[in-house]
Amino acid sequence: MANWPELEISRRGVLAGTTVTAVAVGAPAFTEASAPPRAQPARTMPVAFSVNGRKQSLALDPRTTLLDALREHLHLTGTKKGCDHGQCGACTVIVEGKRINSCLSLAVMHEGQEITTIEGLGTPDKLHPMQAAFIKHDGYQCGYCTPGQICSAVAVLDEIARGVPSHVQEDLTVGPRATRQEIRERMSGNICRCGAYSNIVDAMADVAGDNA
Amino acid sequence: MRAFTYERAPDPIAAAKAVTQRPGARFIAGGTNLLDLMKLEVETPTHLVDVQDLGFNKIETVSQGGLRIGALVTNTDLASDERVRRDYAVLSRAILAGASGQLRNKATVGGNLLQRTRCPYFYDTNMACNKRRPGSGCAAIGGYSRQLGVVGVSKSCIATFPGDMAVALRVLDAVVETINAHGRTRSIPIADLHRLWEDNPERDTVLTTGELITAITLPPPLGGQHFYEKVRDRASYAFALVSVAAVIQPDGTGRVAFGGVAPKPWRVEAADALLPQGAAAVTARAFEGATPTQDNAFKLPLATRALAYVIEQART
Repeated sequence: MANWPELEISRRGVLAGTTVTAVAVGAPAFTEASAPPRAQPARTMPVAFSVNGRKQSLALDPRTTLLDALREHLHLTGTKKGCDHGQCGACTVIVEGKRINSCLSLAVMHEGQEITTIEGLGTPDKLHPMQAAFIKHDGYQCGYCTPGQICSAVAVLDEIARGVPSHVQEDLTVGPRATRQEIRERMSGNICRCGAYSNIVDAMADVAGDNA
Repeated sequence: MRAFTYERAPDPIAAAKAVTQRPGARFIAGGTNLLDLMKLEVETPTHLVDVQDLGFNKIETVSQGGLRIGALVTNTDLASDERVRRDYAVLSRAILAGASGQLRNKATVGGNLLQRTRCPYFYDTNMACNKRRPGSGCAAIGGYSRQLGVVGVSKSCIATFPGDMAVALRVLDAVVETINAHGRTRSIPIADLHRLWEDNPERDTVLTTGELITAITLPPPLGGQHFYEKVRDRASYAFALVSVAAVIQPDGTGRVAFGGVAPKPWRVEAADALLPQGAAAVTARAFEGATPTQDNAFKLPLATRALAYVIEQART
């Protein structure tokens, strides 16, 4: 655990003490040891991209997902690892303006790209309007899915504004509107096991209403 | 995930060569299916050839009145294209019925066609699976088969092709364009791209090693009303139990293909001709010789009812 950032008295610090085993599996120092014996020793590759407006250059095992690069190498732990298979949406980040599952993408495939994580949307002092709306409408309980929900929510309203159609749209030839039905359909890739869905829809509808 | 080396190919022939020459090499585009399977070690490539720089990301109108869709166009961009929404709505509808917004932003047209089955026994490396480990048997036969195939399946594999987009492409008679390491191109009708499993279910398609999909071509628009009716266990973000892609003309004739039922998008042209006689006539012909299990026999009446719903909507 040599490359942990300095621990603060924070929720993350407290959790770190209790989840060492689980975290270590994803840490780069352990990747080789946990790989099957047939694997070649991992060689690193250089990759450079921009995260929240800051240029980052890394040397990574090609197996490193964008999610692990963000969390374990750049210590941007706001983005969460849920299922690690693209099913839960906790790892959602915005790449080149589009939301993706960062767990299903290799970091080395993002050379030169612009990546926005929850840390880049707002800060505790200067919240993004969507972050403020999630707080106002109580759009979370445990908070684990929340960074992914908020990144997805911001991107969904942008998709609606850009006219990206959806499954629930009756007429494909007209632009979509940010109705509750549209929001629910478009957010189906973000799971909340606490079940804050209705409050998440309220938060998004609130932000969409402000922008309308 | 097993270790692998990685390169970004500068042009299509270099990409095809890299995959042809190195045993265990694979193309990667969006990677949403391949990386998922690599994490589970269902897929164990030794080398990945990233094709994102090849420039196949345009949708062009072709002189004969159709569309040529680059293999790297994302699902979102294809479903959003104005020409597709207007003239090939069945395709937009099918894409939008699949996966999640995040996945559609990343997944590409070429990769979508090559996605692998979601049979749970294929995903579980502790289980026998002729598709994953040829000759090991099929744990799905006699196992939990509710999601699995009812027609076109074999004694060695009852998996389905899981996608939605390809079912619409089958109704539209799209053509898949490829290139190989020698620079040779070929055009494969979508009907011929995916194989029936027979005795070698490890091969999903007719593509040869290193053969790279470059584009999909759509013939001129068919007109008519376009439908993609997908029946699934959740209202969103779930694979089809049964799906129906259909283009219905004002006189009641048309075309129909079914998803979630077979190793490939399932269309029987002789069944198309029965559309004016109603859904039951069509599915009786399309699913002739079906071999459902006890778990998935419900798919046959479900296909009939889903098609009946489409035909009724076309009448109103």
